[in-house]
Amino acid sequence: MEQVAIDKEVDARGSFCPGPLMELMRTVKTAPVGSTIAVLSSDPGSNKDIPVWVAKARYELVGVFEEAGYTRFVIRKAH
Amino acid sequence: MQETTDRMAIIAFSGTVDKMIAISTLATGAVAMGMEVDIFVTTWGLQAFLKGASQTNMRISKDFEEFGPAMMEAMQARKMPSWLDTLKQAMEFGDIHVHACSQTMELLGMSVDDLEDIVEDVMGAAGFIGRAQESKIQLFI
Repeated sequence: MEQVAIDKEVDARGSFCPGPLMELMRTVKTAPVGSTIAVLSSDPGSNKDIPVWVAKARYELVGVFEEAGYTRFVIRKAH
Repeated sequence: MQETTDRMAIIAFSGTVDKMIAISTLATGAVAMGMEVDIFVTTWGLQAFLKGASQTNMRISKDFEEFGPAMMEAMQARKMPSWLDTLKQAMEFGDIHVHACSQTMELLGMSVDDLEDIVEDVMGAAGFIGRAQESKIQLFI
């Protein structure tokens, strides 16, 4: 598995919709362009919302990794 | 490049906590998707927006009121923010305009000072319909 360098990690496990997405949005908002941000979410709704938001905001969804009991989304702030 | 922003129009009529949570969650989803939100607070909705009411309002929709205490407990246990805090947070990410219904305000002798600061202005039905006409999603909650 390729190791992606992360600039910031948002641990939103245990938080539920709309929590994880809001935490991700907040982090991305203040991050410099080009940053790579990872968000960890255990909420099924958010796991659907996050890729949809990333596409809508035209950021890059670098990868989606299923871990034990949660999902790790890696996003690059492309603009 | 000129981009017109899609709008969501919500009529907040009910004022019960369960519905206020739905409103603030949907408004959050809307701003996450790049939409602007207009909320028209009317009738019992205004009760929910009275200053401080978000902390004391325990009303649940009548049909499910026996679920109320369990729901409140679950929210507290999971440290869920109040509907008002969720709405305020959503306002950090997008344009959400909260309008108070002038008819209800008049009828119940309410003034804007009685309401939470996030209430932007007082509006009449036609004014709000004017906003709602331009919206993509309209909800009566």
